[in-house]
Amino acid sequence: MSTVLEVNNIQVVYQHTVQALRGLSLSIPKGSIVTMLGANGSGKTTTLKAISGLLHLENGDITSGNIQFFGKDTRGTPPHKLVRKGLFHVMEGRRVFEELSVESNLIAATYADKEYKKNERLEEVYSYFPRLEERRRQSAGYLSGGEQQMLAIGRALIAKPKVMLLDEPSLGLAPILVNEIFEAIKRINAENGVSILLVEQNAALAFSVANYGYIIEHGRVALDGTIDKLSQNTDVQEFYLGIEKHGKSRSFKDVKHYRRRKRWLS
Amino acid sequence: MEFLLEVSLVGLAIGGVYALIAVGYSLVYRTTRVVNFAHGNMMMFGAYFFFTFAALLELHWSISIILTLLCAAFFGAGIERLLIRPMLGRPAISIVMVTVGLASILHGGAQMIWSAEDFFMPQIFPDAPLVFDGMYIPSNTAYGFLVAVSAIIILVLVFRFTRSGIAMRATAGDQIAASTMGINVPSMFSLTWIYASLTSALAGIVVGSITTLNPSMGIIGLSVLAVVILGGLDSIFGAILAGLIVGWIEAVTGFYIGAAFKDVVPFIVLLGILILRPYGLFGTPEIERL
Ligand SMILES: Nc1ncnc2c1ncn2[C@@H]1O[C@H](COP(=O)(O)OP(=O)(O)O)[C@@H](O)[C@H]1O
Ligand SMILES: [Mg+2]
Repeated sequence: MSTVLEVNNIQVVYQHTVQALRGLSLSIPKGSIVTMLGANGSGKTTTLKAISGLLHLENGDITSGNIQFFGKDTRGTPPHKLVRKGLFHVMEGRRVFEELSVESNLIAATYADKEYKKNERLEEVYSYFPRLEERRRQSAGYLSGGEQQMLAIGRALIAKPKVMLLDEPSLGLAPILVNEIFEAIKRINAENGVSILLVEQNAALAFSVANYGYIIEHGRVALDGTIDKLSQNTDVQEFYLGIEKHGKSRSFKDVKHYRRRKRWLS
Repeated sequence: MEFLLEVSLVGLAIGGVYALIAVGYSLVYRTTRVVNFAHGNMMMFGAYFFFTFAALLELHWSISIILTLLCAAFFGAGIERLLIRPMLGRPAISIVMVTVGLASILHGGAQMIWSAEDFFMPQIFPDAPLVFDGMYIPSNTAYGFLVAVSAIIILVLVFRFTRSGIAMRATAGDQIAASTMGINVPSMFSLTWIYASLTSALAGIVVGSITTLNPSMGIIGLSVLAVVILGGLDSIFGAILAGLIVGWIEAVTGFYIGAAFKDVVPFIVLLGILILRPYGLFGTPEIERL
């Protein structure tokens, strides 16, 4: 299978001082959903920003390693041009344009697609998310969190991307909306053939849609493998899926951080 | 009392022109967070561009307006590209100082190019004053108001309904998110400055027609800036309303108290309102998330 996106051993430093990634590699095969799991601050968002080029807007630098998008090095290409080539980053926190209407938010995203046909694109988004059509004239700031996430993914759909980077799409949303959004993610992958890199806190949810997973610790890949392999790993079961060896369930939040680090680094 | 209505009408008409100047400040502030102290003098340059084409080169007024707008567009784009963009990301006070410096360069430049003398603008509007119900509004003021209002309406429509207008508003809202939409953020900065420069040039032609043309006419920009702060720098609607209010207050105090107070009153009102509402009348209405 061919690879659409490849991250090769990158190191990332913020403000010339804070090292966020320490030699991280991953690859996304064409048509797959790859997930990235890891504790807060482990470097997931930084990885996505390095890929989409947003890093430079935040005083971050890739000090070594490289990123290949369809075999081409992305270094030096500004984010708006990467988007136009088919690499769409749906940022953490949704980042809708609150003062703009729902439809204007979608129209803003047409900048990502040179040969866009407005009505056809809007119709596709509305077929994925009928709620957005009901609210198309409302200010995006008045949408609920779940609807804003739909809008954020809708904007990505408008762009007809080849690769979509999704940063914690379930964060802070009601379970019923989370289901709807993850159904959409599966459909976007299956029907539109979009390869997806999905960052999630909720590992069980991520495993339900992904083919392959990376577990990130301190800016490095601590463990990776197919979802089948990862879900059989006892550490992953205990700390990410909340299953104990005896079959009892508990949250990985209860587990002290140092124990987790020690296991994977040893 | 008999005069109040007439004075008010004239004040509101001039207020419409202030609103057009005000919108330029607001546009630039919303997208680039720059308070442009040179805006008044960009307006003054616009007036001189028109004067040069229409009076010195004796071109037809319609051609002169088109050429003036073209010059203004390049002027705005040039200022943004050469002076403002390299400064973005620096402390706000440094950028403000650049625009203050630019203002005095433009003032001196105008004196060198066109001299410090007063000139009359070539007459472009019909001579006869407009009469409403027995009240007279001087021709230039009345038509100037119509020009300003049309320009504002066009601007609002562009921002609301065109793709590039939406992109500019998106950029004003969240620059990083805008760049993830494929929007070229720096080119939106240019576009915003071009629009601001176009509105200021139009306002310059009108202000020059209502009064006279001289290198100090840009001072009016400072009163208008006070007005814009009154409306909340980031609200276009606030800028428009505040422009009208101050035009009216100026005219009424000028008539009833004396012309000497006319320029002071807007600032007194500004202070009063800022004490009551530190973000201006309509500034930053953060929408609460549900
Ligand atoms: N803009 C920034 N400037 C400096 N340090 C940052 C910045 N963004 C993230 N970091 C640091 O980089 C590390 C990784 O952060 P991040 O990629 O956001 O983690 P995650 O998304 O996995 O929670 C953290 O230690 C964080 O403090
Ligand atoms: Mg994150």
